[in-house]
Amino acid sequence: MTSFPTLIRLSGVTREYRMDAETVHALRGVDLALTANEYVAVMGPSGSGKSTLMNLIGCLDTPTAGEYWLNGVEVSLMDDDALARVRNREIGFVFQTFNLLPRATSLHNVELPLIYAGISAKERRHRAEHALERVGLGDRMAHKPNELSGGQRQRVAIARALVNEPSILLADEPTGNLDSSTSAEIMSVFDELHGQGQTIVMVTHEADIAAHAAREITLLDGTIHSDTIKEAA
Amino acid sequence: MGFREAVRLALQVIWSQKMKSSFSVIGVFIGVTFLIAVVSIVEGMNAYMTDRFAGTLLGVNTFQLRRYPNFIMEDVSRETWREWRRRPRISYEDAEAVVTGITVPVLTAWNSASRGEVAFEGRVVRDIEVIGATEQFFAIKAWDFAQGRPFTGQENRTGQPVVVLGQELADRLFEGRDPIGREVKIRSIPYRVVGVVESQGNLFGISLDKFAVAPALSPIKRSVNPPRVIDELLVKAGSEADLRAAMLEAEAVMRSRRGLRPRDENNFALETSEELLDFWGQINRILMMALPGLVSISLVVGGIVIMNIMLMAVAERTREIGIRKALGARRGDILRQFLVESATLALAGATVGIGTGVGLAGLVQATTFLPARVAPWSVVVGVLLGGGVGITAGLYPASRAARLDPVEAIRQE
Repeated sequence: MTSFPTLIRLSGVTREYRMDAETVHALRGVDLALTANEYVAVMGPSGSGKSTLMNLIGCLDTPTAGEYWLNGVEVSLMDDDALARVRNREIGFVFQTFNLLPRATSLHNVELPLIYAGISAKERRHRAEHALERVGLGDRMAHKPNELSGGQRQRVAIARALVNEPSILLADEPTGNLDSSTSAEIMSVFDELHGQGQTIVMVTHEADIAAHAAREITLLDGTIHSDTIKEAA
Repeated sequence: MGFREAVRLALQVIWSQKMKSSFSVIGVFIGVTFLIAVVSIVEGMNAYMTDRFAGTLLGVNTFQLRRYPNFIMEDVSRETWREWRRRPRISYEDAEAVVTGITVPVLTAWNSASRGEVAFEGRVVRDIEVIGATEQFFAIKAWDFAQGRPFTGQENRTGQPVVVLGQELADRLFEGRDPIGREVKIRSIPYRVVGVVESQGNLFGISLDKFAVAPALSPIKRSVNPPRVIDELLVKAGSEADLRAAMLEAEAVMRSRRGLRPRDENNFALETSEELLDFWGQINRILMMALPGLVSISLVVGGIVIMNIMLMAVAERTREIGIRKALGARRGDILRQFLVESATLALAGATVGIGTGVGLAGLVQATTFLPARVAPWSVVVGVLLGGGVGITAGLYPASRAARLDPVEAIRQE
């Protein structure tokens, strides 16, 4: 593992929210380093700060204090537009509720990140088709989300997350809305992607889903409670 | 996201909500329709007034000398009326003195007119303008003859009972028979028809072909005016400069005949077609001044409606905005998406408005005597206003959308 470069480094990261008069400490000083090609599961009860951590790693949010370095760049100092560019190039999101655009076809949904990357229409189409084929949906490109099953929707989301060849695939409860057999199907897609060298960070509260990962981080009350690296599978 | 991408997306969204979209652009639609239609009609009126109205009532480079103005363009006070009524009438002698006093080459004719009946073999046509005129009247009016000829100076001087008829009058009296040489009766006095004037069409829907012109010195003189009195003296010059010169000379002759001192006002009227056009110019200016107000009211209302629709759209699509941001959309991308959407919406309304405005103008053209000319500039203004309103109305909603926090937005249901 040491042969891979450090991809993510968080040091002393805190995140506070002001709710009316009260200050909520979602993260209270998190130090974390991830190298490329890791397969990490972030666990913890609700309110432990795992969503906040995901948002920070995903550059949707910035820390109140502390440093976040992604691929050698300090993200914690970036403005909105710079963050958007980083999200576009470095991060692929997979959400629990899929978050596909309901009116758009699978192909168009997968094309979205490429649109914002300024890729030409022809190239976009080509790459989106390729990404959909990669998740086994080559025959569902013209379908809209409501014409697809839950598993298929999540595959479209995975194709969308991968189409820009991001450094990290960030999955937030990716199987939370799926039945067990579909969950297994999606997890095998993740395992396969990891096998191909994809770095994956996944938030889950299900132990059997977390078991797919090689490293398990447990959060509790905004701090890292445990960080275990399992034997290579 | 490129501009074309944004337009494509906007059209898709607008099309997917046809009903809402069409309601939201009603204000812009009405404003632009109004703009195009009113400008078309005003421009058409303009052309009509200049080409037809003024020219028909009073030809180019022509002035008339009258007791008081014929074309009264504004409210006249009772005192003014009273003063006009006290003025001396224009006499044969006045006319002759003016004609003699004009040194530039001109055509002159004097005439008097009244409403009356013309009869032929028991057939009576009412509401005819019966005119007594001197022989150059026809040359000044520049009328062409469908049949026969104008009467001559000789016929006028000797007071021959001859008459020239308008086309409609001739048709109604003779119904296809040859009118030349036949006798018609005006106030029981027979007149021999010598000519029929080619149809002059109509003005504001009123036929211009219901007249009969007899020599001023023929017995007609007893039916149109008191003895040796005329309604007007017409003077047609060959050029604008000659017209001005002739008017000055006519004014000088009249003032000296009336014994007016330098400070006295004219107690007679000299009119040209310019007065008519001036009057039209006033109406025109008022319309053109009111137009921007009316158009901008509907555009402002339209803009407010679009702004609200766009705010609703932003609220409804908060999650979509969050997703787009998560996938790498920058503020500018979101801003552009919503600006393009509201501009496209407003432009669509403006386009339909232009179509409807042009249609209305066509309808007016087809169903009334008014010509309607669609002014190209009004179409350009319509498009610019539509786009402008769309962008202005979209600015606030779009900037709200652009500033949304992706974490919050994506959580929205």
